[in-house]
Amino acid sequence: MTAEVTTEKARIGAPSIAGFTEEGEQLVAAKVDRHHSHGVQVMSSRAERLTSHDVADFAIPNGREEEWRFTPVREIANLLSDTATDGDVLSLSVEAPDGFVKPALRAGEAPRGATLVPADRAAVVASANTEEALHVQIPAEAELQEPVRVLVKGNGAGRRSNSHYVIEAGENSRAVVILEHEGAADHNGNVEVFVREGAQLTVVSVQLWEDDAKHLAQHDAEVAKDAVYKHIAVSLGGKIVRLNSNVRFSGEGAEAELLGLYFADAGQHLEHRSFVDHNVANCKSNVLYKGALQGKGAHTVWVGDVLIQKQAEGTDSYEKNQNLVLTDGCRADSVPNLEIETGLIEGAGHASATGRFDDEHLFYLMARGIPEDVARRLVVRGFLNEIIQQIKVPALEARLTEAVERELTAGNN
Amino acid sequence: MSTLEIKDLHVSIETEQGTKEILKGVSLTIRTGETHAIMGPNGSGKSTLASTIAGHPRYTVTSGSITLDGENVLEMSVDERARAGVFLAMQYPVEVPGVTMTNFLRTAKTAIDGEAPALRTWTKEVKAAMDQLRIDADFAQRNVNEGFSGGEKKRVEILQLELFKPKFAVLDETDSGLDVDALKVVSEGVNRAHATGNMGTMLITHYTRILRYIKPDFVHVFVDGKIVEEGGPELADRLEEEGYDRYVVGAGQAVAPASHA
Repeated sequence: MTAEVTTEKARIGAPSIAGFTEEGEQLVAAKVDRHHSHGVQVMSSRAERLTSHDVADFAIPNGREEEWRFTPVREIANLLSDTATDGDVLSLSVEAPDGFVKPALRAGEAPRGATLVPADRAAVVASANTEEALHVQIPAEAELQEPVRVLVKGNGAGRRSNSHYVIEAGENSRAVVILEHEGAADHNGNVEVFVREGAQLTVVSVQLWEDDAKHLAQHDAEVAKDAVYKHIAVSLGGKIVRLNSNVRFSGEGAEAELLGLYFADAGQHLEHRSFVDHNVANCKSNVLYKGALQGKGAHTVWVGDVLIQKQAEGTDSYEKNQNLVLTDGCRADSVPNLEIETGLIEGAGHASATGRFDDEHLFYLMARGIPEDVARRLVVRGFLNEIIQQIKVPALEARLTEAVERELTAGNN
Repeated sequence: MSTLEIKDLHVSIETEQGTKEILKGVSLTIRTGETHAIMGPNGSGKSTLASTIAGHPRYTVTSGSITLDGENVLEMSVDERARAGVFLAMQYPVEVPGVTMTNFLRTAKTAIDGEAPALRTWTKEVKAAMDQLRIDADFAQRNVNEGFSGGEKKRVEILQLELFKPKFAVLDETDSGLDVDALKVVSEGVNRAHATGNMGTMLITHYTRILRYIKPDFVHVFVDGKIVEEGGPELADRLEEEGYDRYVVGAGQAVAPASHA
C-alpha cells in the first residue's frame, strides 16, 4: 500500500468535513497505512521556539528537528547556507499606484525586522543576505480597487535568491497584495506584513513555479486593533515549497484568516505551516488549508499551530486541514497543534481530514455518463474552489482555476 | 424500441480466497416498455447482475454477452454505457466530495445528451422533478449525496432517472431502507419515467412490497447466480406467500451470506 496519511494529536469538537460522511481519517483507514505517534513525542510550547536575527543562532538542520522532520533537508542545502544572492537570479516588478513603493529598507531600518524575526535557518539566512528590502506602503484610509502585484520571476533553477519584502497597510486602508512566483530559482523569501489599526489587508502568495524551483518562506504579520488580515497561500508549482505563515496581534478586536490551497504532483513536496499567536485578548482567527495530491511521491505537509496565551481571553479560533488523495503513492502529513493557556475563550477547535477520491466515487460519476477526466476535474475543482473564491480578485481566481485544471490534465495517466 | 439482451452471462469476483463465480449463466431479454422484476434471496447475485450491466470494475465477465440493440455493452467503458442509455439506480449511492448536486446533474446531463441543456428549461425541469419526488430545494446546493439519509439518496437516484431519461433502468434494491411514504414517492417516479413509453426497467428486489406500486410484466426468480423460475406477476404473489425456501432447497444449496447482495 503506497498512500500514506498521518494525522496526529487529538481532535477537539466534531468537524464537519465537506464531502465526507465520516472523518477522513476513518474513511481511509481501511485502505491506507497510517502512522500514528500519539503520546510518543513530547511537544514543547510553540512559544518557546527560538527566533533571532543572528545567523549564528541557527545550526543547519539535519532533518531530525521537530520543525524540519517532514522536509527533505538534503535537497535544500543550497537554501540553508549563508550565501549571497546570485546576481540577477530574480526579476522583480511591482504594479502599484505611484508613491506606494517606498525607499528600500536596510537591516535595522524601521519597520523592517519589527515583526518578522526569523524562526528557522532558512528565514535567518534569507533576511541576513537581503541588503535592501522592498517596502510597499498602502497609505492610511486608501481603498484600492485594483490589487497591488509583486511579480517575482526566477531566472534559473539552482541559483540562490534571498529576499525580504515589507508590506504595510496604513490605518483603515483596504487592499489586496498579490505576490506571484514564477520561473525557477532557489528562492528564500521572507515577507513581513503590518496591518495597522482598522485596516483590511489580503496577501495572496501564489507559487506557480516551474518544476525545478525551490522556495522557502517565512511570512509574518502583525495585526493591529480592529484590523482584518487574510493570508492566502496557493502552491501549485515548484519542486519544493515550504511556506510558514505566522500571525500575531497588537490590539484587541483584530481578525486573521490564514488560508491555503496546494496541489502536489508526482515528486513534489509542498509544505505549509501556520502559526496563530493569540497574544492579545478578544481576537479571532481562522485557518483553513486544503490540498489535493496525485502521482507517485507527491508529498504535502500541513502543520498548524495555534497558541492561545493566558492573557488572550475572549479568543475565538479554529483551524482545519483537508486533503484529497487522488491516486496511490501520495503522502499527506497533517498536524494540528492547539495550545490553550486560558479557559476564558469563545472557541478553539481544530480538525484534520484526509479522504481519497476512490474507485467508488469515480464509478458513481462515470455511471452517469461523465468521462473519467471530467469526473476528476469536477471533484477537485469543487474541493479547492472553497479557497479560490476567497481571493475575490476575479482575474486571479480564473487563472488559478485554470492552473488547477492543468494540474489535473497533467496528472491524467 | 430498444432491446437489452443478456446471454448466458458468467461473472466472477476476486476474493481473498481466490476467484469466486457469482453469476452462473444468466439469460434475460428486456424490451422498451417492459418491467422485469428480479427477485431472490440475499446473496443470490442480483446486485452483481446490476453492477455488471453498469460496468463496475470489481466484476469480471468470464463468458456470455450483454448487448444493447446489438451493440456489445461489455466493450463499453462505464461512462459509455451510461451514454448509450443504461442507468443503474444504486443500492448504496456514494457521497461525492466537493461537487454540488446542481453541478453534478448538469454535467451528467451534458455528457449523456452530448450537449449542454438549455439553462432555463433545465433549471425548471430539475426543480419540477425535485418537487414531485419531495426533495427539498436546498439539496441542489449540497454536495452529491452528502449527509443525505438513506431514503433521500434513493429519491435522488430516481430524480436522476427522471432527468436523464435512459433507455434501460436497472433499479438495484431501490426499495430497501424506505418507509411506506418514501416507497410510494419513489415508485411514482419510476412509473412516471416508465409511462413515457421509452424505457425498459429491471427492478431488483428482495421483497414483494414495491411490486404493489410498480407492476412487473415479468418476474424472474434468482437463486445462486441463476434464474430458476420465470413467470408473470402472479409469480410475485406466490413468492410473497411462500418465500424463497422452495427454490433454495430445490437448488440443493444453502443460501450464501449476504456479502454480495
